[in-house]
Amino acid sequence: MSDPPPAGTHDVLLVGGGAAGLRAAIAVAESRPDLDVAVVSKVYPMRSHTVSAEGGAAGVIAEGDTLEEHIYDTISGSDWLGDQDAIEAFVHEAPRELLRLEHWGCPWSRQQDGHVAVRAFGGMKKMRTWFAADKTGFHMLHALFQTSLKFGAVRRYDEWFVTKLLVDDGRVHGVVAVELRTGRIEAIAAKAVILATGGCGKVFPFTTNANINTGDGMALAYRAGAPLKDMEFVQYHPTGLPFTGILITEATRAEGAWLLNKDGYRYLQDYDLGKPTPTPELRSMELGPRDRLSQAFIHEQEKGRTVESPYGDVVHLDLRHLGAKLIDTKLPFVRELCLKYERIDPVTDLIPVRPVVHYMMGGVSTDGDGATPVAGLFAAGETACVSINGANRLGSNSLPECLVFGARAGAAAAEYAGSAAPPSPTVAAQVSDEVRRIEGVMGEVPRDDSVASIRTEMQETMEEAAGIYRNGEALAKGADRLRELQGRLPKVGVLDTSRSWNTELVGALEAANMLDIAECMLASALQREESRGAHQRTDFPARDDERFLVHQLNHRDADGTPRVEKLPVTITRWPPGERVYGR
Amino acid sequence: MSDLSYRRPISVWWWTRKRTYFLFVMRELSSLFIAWLVLYLLLLIRAVDRGPAAYADFLDRAASPWLVVLNVVAFGFVLLHTVTWFSLTPQAMVVSVRGRRVPGAAIIAGQYAGLVVVSAIVYWLVTR
Amino acid sequence: MDDQIRLRVTRYRPDKDREPTWQDYDVPLREEWTVLDALNHVKSDIDTTLAFRWSCRMGICGSCGMNVEGEPRLTCATFLSDYAPGPVRVEPLGNFPVARDLVVDIEDFMEKLPRVKPWIIRDEEQPVDDGEYLQTPEELDAYKQFSMCINCMLCYAACPVYGLDPDFVGPAAIALAERYDLDSRDQGARERLDVLIEHEGVYGCTFVGECTRVCPKHVDPAGAIQRYKLKAAQQSVKAFLLPRALR
Repeated sequence: MSDPPPAGTHDVLLVGGGAAGLRAAIAVAESRPDLDVAVVSKVYPMRSHTVSAEGGAAGVIAEGDTLEEHIYDTISGSDWLGDQDAIEAFVHEAPRELLRLEHWGCPWSRQQDGHVAVRAFGGMKKMRTWFAADKTGFHMLHALFQTSLKFGAVRRYDEWFVTKLLVDDGRVHGVVAVELRTGRIEAIAAKAVILATGGCGKVFPFTTNANINTGDGMALAYRAGAPLKDMEFVQYHPTGLPFTGILITEATRAEGAWLLNKDGYRYLQDYDLGKPTPTPELRSMELGPRDRLSQAFIHEQEKGRTVESPYGDVVHLDLRHLGAKLIDTKLPFVRELCLKYERIDPVTDLIPVRPVVHYMMGGVSTDGDGATPVAGLFAAGETACVSINGANRLGSNSLPECLVFGARAGAAAAEYAGSAAPPSPTVAAQVSDEVRRIEGVMGEVPRDDSVASIRTEMQETMEEAAGIYRNGEALAKGADRLRELQGRLPKVGVLDTSRSWNTELVGALEAANMLDIAECMLASALQREESRGAHQRTDFPARDDERFLVHQLNHRDADGTPRVEKLPVTITRWPPGERVYGR
Repeated sequence: MSDLSYRRPISVWWWTRKRTYFLFVMRELSSLFIAWLVLYLLLLIRAVDRGPAAYADFLDRAASPWLVVLNVVAFGFVLLHTVTWFSLTPQAMVVSVRGRRVPGAAIIAGQYAGLVVVSAIVYWLVTR
Repeated sequence: MDDQIRLRVTRYRPDKDREPTWQDYDVPLREEWTVLDALNHVKSDIDTTLAFRWSCRMGICGSCGMNVEGEPRLTCATFLSDYAPGPVRVEPLGNFPVARDLVVDIEDFMEKLPRVKPWIIRDEEQPVDDGEYLQTPEELDAYKQFSMCINCMLCYAACPVYGLDPDFVGPAAIALAERYDLDSRDQGARERLDVLIEHEGVYGCTFVGECTRVCPKHVDPAGAIQRYKLKAAQQSVKAFLLPRALR
């Protein structure tokens, strides 16, 4: 009996429909209308997690700002682990991308004269963060999605979950995906595939991330032979609401909010971040980089100076001195979220906040054009690691990152697809195997274990082992625990036998993705015996440029475990220096 | 693959299930009573035009219980019609004066003010 | 002993059931829980087969719309304790076909969205290198409210016109058209008018106003539609009265 034909055949296939994915799709559709481009996403594109980004997108546009300064801020922000050639390209292209988005209708907040307004942001020496009130990601995503509708030729596979990359002979041939509505499992053939599935915050229990951020693209690449890079670098955003983990944007601090401990003291001044001033000073105090601010919280906690709350220790974010008018104009969504989820009004009350997992600096290893070592396989956005963020990302760099590298990956994929051979039918055997594998997951006899418990235990393990401060012993113990969970997952049953909308099956597949990613994160963290940026080791408290001015790659070994290798960082014009904030 | 999704049927009584839907249907129904009262007003004018006998005859008929009930109900609906449409006007019309948007409450108040003025003029015309 | 509350949830398996049924679940009544938290508790601890959509849990992605006690709500923004002592009926979002359990088929909306041409239409594009199109804060305010739509479709669930006639373009789509018409950078009002002046366009609306009442983002789609009708009427009068050259 012959295998069913693929659900579609395309030149370029985007996996993921967020900012990076849609930008890439538009890039291909605009520049190469002769090519067939499609987007497959497990959610409708306007649900992608880009939608919840709040603060802004950085691009040099103001008088007195220079590309050099944005480059330097990004490099020092990354604790010198960012590749400087990629950062240079990124900073050069960011303003044009943001202008392009403006032309596509994005409602950037404006100055009185009609020009785009910019604000301060953490770790930036000049004001260069474009913003759309405090719903920047929402407005960007909707502008991109609505603009993409102009290109009727872009085919969309909405609510299809990709389970495997089809790779043969060192090149990509497409994907296998499950259509959630019907449960049918089919191949989507493509010459080039761009992974843009976002981050994987859900490997942790407390995260700003949405339910959908389970590292699918990273896991797909990893299993297909494309290594992951810098997986040990996890960004803890300093200000998340307790219990929900909902993000309170850095823009609050850019507008002048203060972080106070239980004594009402602006504690950041104790941590080499400068001296407190009534109005914010760039690259100082509350406008320091995220890793340093989150680390300061831990120290305050150890000293017993944080506030106890029913959902863990918190500190206070004070917006009261900003006034209702400013809050309603510049931070209306923040006010809404606090009123709704904390039942407090930031105009008159202190907001309880604590560090929360927010962003993965690491991801699928790519070059400056989004290409991986697997021919035809590209990645862009949070899924990728070029790397421009190195050991710590500056706020408002990731939205333009999606645009710049989405566009670049789109262009590179289009060029590749334009001359590549059509996808080979010999991968049909892989497709049948995959169909059998997934149907097998559904047929497992249920034991007294569940995907939900494995997921919860994984999250607890990661919180223990890969917190803001790590040590070798905890990391090794965590890695062992993950290995054990990896052994348990294949044996767990999926009770839901319906083909249509089997979210339990999707949950099991996502858990498998997360376990692979989590393993890579701990393996890399164990190997990096230094403290740099967001990776802080109590057993190796200093930065070690001699041994570790390198990226670490995770290659998947035959037994499924990650093998760690080193890759030098590209230094062009900025030799490693000290990261200085507040002085 | 066939579409196995389920389409939930909508009952003919959908408008009785929620207060807001019920109010909406009453509002729409009120236009029938407006039409009736316009007709009634025209009949009144015709009666006046035809002289005292016709007018007296009209007043007799107006006193009949059925007509009284009908007109009271109709008046209730007129009030509903007026209040609902006055309240909805700001949503339908954005009025800007010298670059600033006139607040909804002002538009609503303006309509009532206009109603009072027109009523006063009519009253004066009728009673002078 | 924790307080509990009963959820009465719609179940529907298209390959097994002929029509939807109910299933009751007793969940803890936690003060900080939303209805979505309760559903997730059911899914992880009680019944792993329950299917529903959710993502951001902060009222911005629009995924988790359902009918709670008959009202279209975002379950991530609806607190369980508001329904104490219960039971709480949780049904799929109204006026859409039920695909499975609490998941509805929204393809009708997805098909309508591109019809209203929700993108910047210009006679002539200005090159990106020439900088941004200037737009004052006042010009931004003119359309800002209508740009806040998260496509949650609670408005479609609330609209009796859409319920009775699924051909109606619907609140969110028209509000989005108005958002672009009012954007000072856009010049495509005429093109959108041609689409919306049809019978299932703006004139299908009878100003029930439920859409605006349920909208979690205060977009006021009813207002957008009435304003659009006024604009359309003005255009028709102009077209009728003025010679072609002056239009």
